[in-house]
Amino acid sequence: MAVSQDTVEAVRVASEYKYGFVSDIDDDRPPKGLSEDTIRYISAKKEEPIWMLDWRLAAYRHWLTLENREPQWAKVEFPKIDFQDLYYYSAPKVKEGPKSLDEVDPELLKVYEKLGIPLKEQEALSGIAVDAVFDSISVATTYKAKLGELGIIFCSMSEAVREHPELVRKYLGSVVPVADNFYATLNSAVFSDGSFVYIPKGVRCPMELSTYFRINASNTGQFERTLIIADENSYVSYLEGCTAPMRDENQLHAAVVELVALEGAEIKYATVQNWYPGDKDGKGGIYNFVTKRGACRGARSKISWTQVETGSAITWKYPSVLLEGDDSIGEFYSVAVVNNRQQADTGTKMIHIGRNTRSTIISKGISAGHGQNTYRGLVRMQPKADNARNYTQCDSLLIGPDCGGHTVPYIEVRNRSARAEHEATTSKISDDQLFYCRQRGLSTEDAVSVIVNGFCKEVLQKLPMEFAVEAQKLLGISLEGSVG
Amino acid sequence: MSAPLLEIKDLHAKVDGKEILRGLNLTLEAGQVHAIMGPNGSGKSTLSYVLAGRDGYEVTSGSVTFKGQDLLALATEERARAGVFLALQYPVEIPGVPNATFLKAAVNAVRAARGESQYDAIEFLKRAKAKFAELKMDPVFLSRALNVGFSGGEKKRNEIFQMAMLEPSLAILDETDSGLDIDALRIVSEGVNALRAPDRAMLVITHYQRLLDYIVPDKVHVLSKGRIVKTGGKELALELERTGYAGIAA
Repeated sequence: MAVSQDTVEAVRVASEYKYGFVSDIDDDRPPKGLSEDTIRYISAKKEEPIWMLDWRLAAYRHWLTLENREPQWAKVEFPKIDFQDLYYYSAPKVKEGPKSLDEVDPELLKVYEKLGIPLKEQEALSGIAVDAVFDSISVATTYKAKLGELGIIFCSMSEAVREHPELVRKYLGSVVPVADNFYATLNSAVFSDGSFVYIPKGVRCPMELSTYFRINASNTGQFERTLIIADENSYVSYLEGCTAPMRDENQLHAAVVELVALEGAEIKYATVQNWYPGDKDGKGGIYNFVTKRGACRGARSKISWTQVETGSAITWKYPSVLLEGDDSIGEFYSVAVVNNRQQADTGTKMIHIGRNTRSTIISKGISAGHGQNTYRGLVRMQPKADNARNYTQCDSLLIGPDCGGHTVPYIEVRNRSARAEHEATTSKISDDQLFYCRQRGLSTEDAVSVIVNGFCKEVLQKLPMEFAVEAQKLLGISLEGSVG
Repeated sequence: MSAPLLEIKDLHAKVDGKEILRGLNLTLEAGQVHAIMGPNGSGKSTLSYVLAGRDGYEVTSGSVTFKGQDLLALATEERARAGVFLALQYPVEIPGVPNATFLKAAVNAVRAARGESQYDAIEFLKRAKAKFAELKMDPVFLSRALNVGFSGGEKKRNEIFQMAMLEPSLAILDETDSGLDIDALRIVSEGVNALRAPDRAMLVITHYQRLLDYIVPDKVHVLSKGRIVKTGGKELALELERTGYAGIAA
């Protein structure tokens, strides 16, 4: 049944982007373009050891051999990116690393306040340790002392490279190799900063670790690099949330996130992504080309990805799990929303290598306006993955006549005892549902929000409480419009 | 005498280009319960949708005055907030949305329109439990997804429960008896009767007289070919039961 014209109109005309502002902070950056000099500049700026520079340069040299070999298989369309027309590093001008929040540029703190995440309040009230990334450099890290008592390391990647080289050298690139794909290789060459987490053996991290990313400088590609290591029988929950200011030119974001779970360890990684999606014609949104992968290295380890993707003009993202250890578990819970001209091609890869490995995939795709939403997922059972199990459920919800929802599962089973299940549904918000909600007094917008939140419930309830509330609001905002 | 709660004058309405209501007149006073009976295709459900303001139901002429204002000028949700409630013949399922979440949002939307305070979760639950007790219903379905997997009887009971929570001035019950066994019919009817009030009018749309054994109407109207062709007291329903519509609705 066709959706009423009101609703179609309501979701087509997206509201003004709520976080569209630009803060006025001096940039400190090299000239445009990518060369060995750029990489040396970045490395020098960050006072990196020579091995790090060599690693970057090796990645850069490999990247040069990949010219014009960007991945083409995703169902997304965009003009070719001129990689020489981008800035590769941008850091707020700070004389020395701040020792406490009091030393942080007040302008910067104001930006966080606008976003509703005042660090001081967070530190004082919520018990969340925040490693705040503003553009490319970590400006403040809180709760370090408390975490330090447990032997937990939570710092910027730059600091980790200097302070914990043995861990970084052992694990960096061990899950996402330098040559993994075009964007990961690029990231390896020019990554600016990101978060580093190490949880020692047997330690349960007592708080949710959280990072707020924010792209700020115009034309600056963002190349975050995050590495989380959970040593044997440890546990950590990590939250990542993003907003970005309105911009006219497309901004490239190519992050790499690597997770390593050793024997008996568990990592939960949750993302709420709300980058600028572009205007209603698709102009100016972020390109989000991200490589996220976790390795369940040890037996009985577990990695769980939860994502709520509402922003970006283009999302190209497949948080994956390599199930190497016997009895290890991989999970992927995803909500992806596209509206107007947004395009999302997102999903996961569950690679079952060890015996009795299990994976669960729950994907909820919502398409409105002219948005195109593709679930693309690989489930592979390797020959030694005896009794491996996968359950996959992909649901698409369509709002209006001009959007698309697509499901592209790849299932490869090479072990006779392994089993993979795949369920997929496609539905529309029906006139009956809208009428029912409105007859009870809800506006069309609220009705859409209620129905969409119900559709996504299985995923939203996997989020930590503070994120679940934010995510529900975001879903409403993403599909909001002006109702006559 | 004060103005009637609802006054429908010479109402004509089309669905898919076809005229279904053809000059319908009806006046309903606050505190009264009127039954509308009629054969299939006479326009009973169309009347309920037109009053609720469903898209696709086009009023071509006539007027509907509700509490002194032009009802037809209001959007669907504005009518609901003004006090029009429609208990649907086939209540809609909304997966993943708990009954309580949905109803709390609805109650607060209506309360906001009346300038009343918003219920928080605790206050809402307290009120809901009180209503369940009043209606002698089981509060178990508050936590279930809205109408999903509900039996026919549960869906209809849920409609009555929603009505109790929303406290409308005009309740339209569209074939609420359809698909109910005799026990469910009694429970639903008792719920409706408990909600009769001096400031509330009800329009009970039904095929069969048996519902009116439980919900005793002040007036019975017979609808045929988009018009009220006969109006009488509750005995008219009994007469229809004996003679059928053929004699009256011809």
